[in-house]
Amino acid sequence: MLALTVITLLLVMAVALVRAFAGPNVFDRVMAANLFGTKTVLLIAAISYLYGSPEFLDIALVYALINYISVIGVLRVTELRNEQRGTKEGA
Amino acid sequence: MSAVLAILSGACLLLGSFLLLTGALGFLRFADFYARLHACGVTETLATALIILGLMLLSDSYLPPFKLLLILLFVLFSSPTASHALAKAAWNAGVRPRDNQGKRDLPLPAGER
Repeated sequence: MLALTVITLLLVMAVALVRAFAGPNVFDRVMAANLFGTKTVLLIAAISYLYGSPEFLDIALVYALINYISVIGVLRVTELRNEQRGTKEGA
Repeated sequence: MSAVLAILSGACLLLGSFLLLTGALGFLRFADFYARLHACGVTETLATALIILGLMLLSDSYLPPFKLLLILLFVLFSSPTASHALAKAAWNAGVRPRDNQGKRDLPLPAGER
């Protein structure tokens, strides 16, 4: 059952990459990156149980923290760029 | 006792994987950015909670479930916040909801441009 979960997680990460490349605007790509990061956290946790070594969970926790910060950072950049440009063009 | 736990964790993992697949399908196929954001939110909260619950039931010692609980707590706090920040940034950048033909003339609430 754990292997099935790992395969599903890899599949969802592939789907996130497809959406990241196909995404029309920049926010689809940020959302795909956010989804990819969250699923990596789950993948690390599942693989740590698959191989029976529970110390990987610290890595998963740190990865969740960093993933959140990166999403907020990228959104900060897009917000600043829109404020400087001052136009509200439709995406 | 451990057989019941194994069955329960298998069921949780199976349900979590199913939700992941449906969320990913929605994330790929929906026409509108905000609909995709909803599908992404589904996979981040419920599916993550189910999978982490399934993993917690699998372990026999007491430290890994506690770490998994911390991961779950943080993800349940951070992913709605990230989705909200994403939606706010997209709305400020001018991304407006579209219908499934991709046209933009959805009736916006009064006072919105």
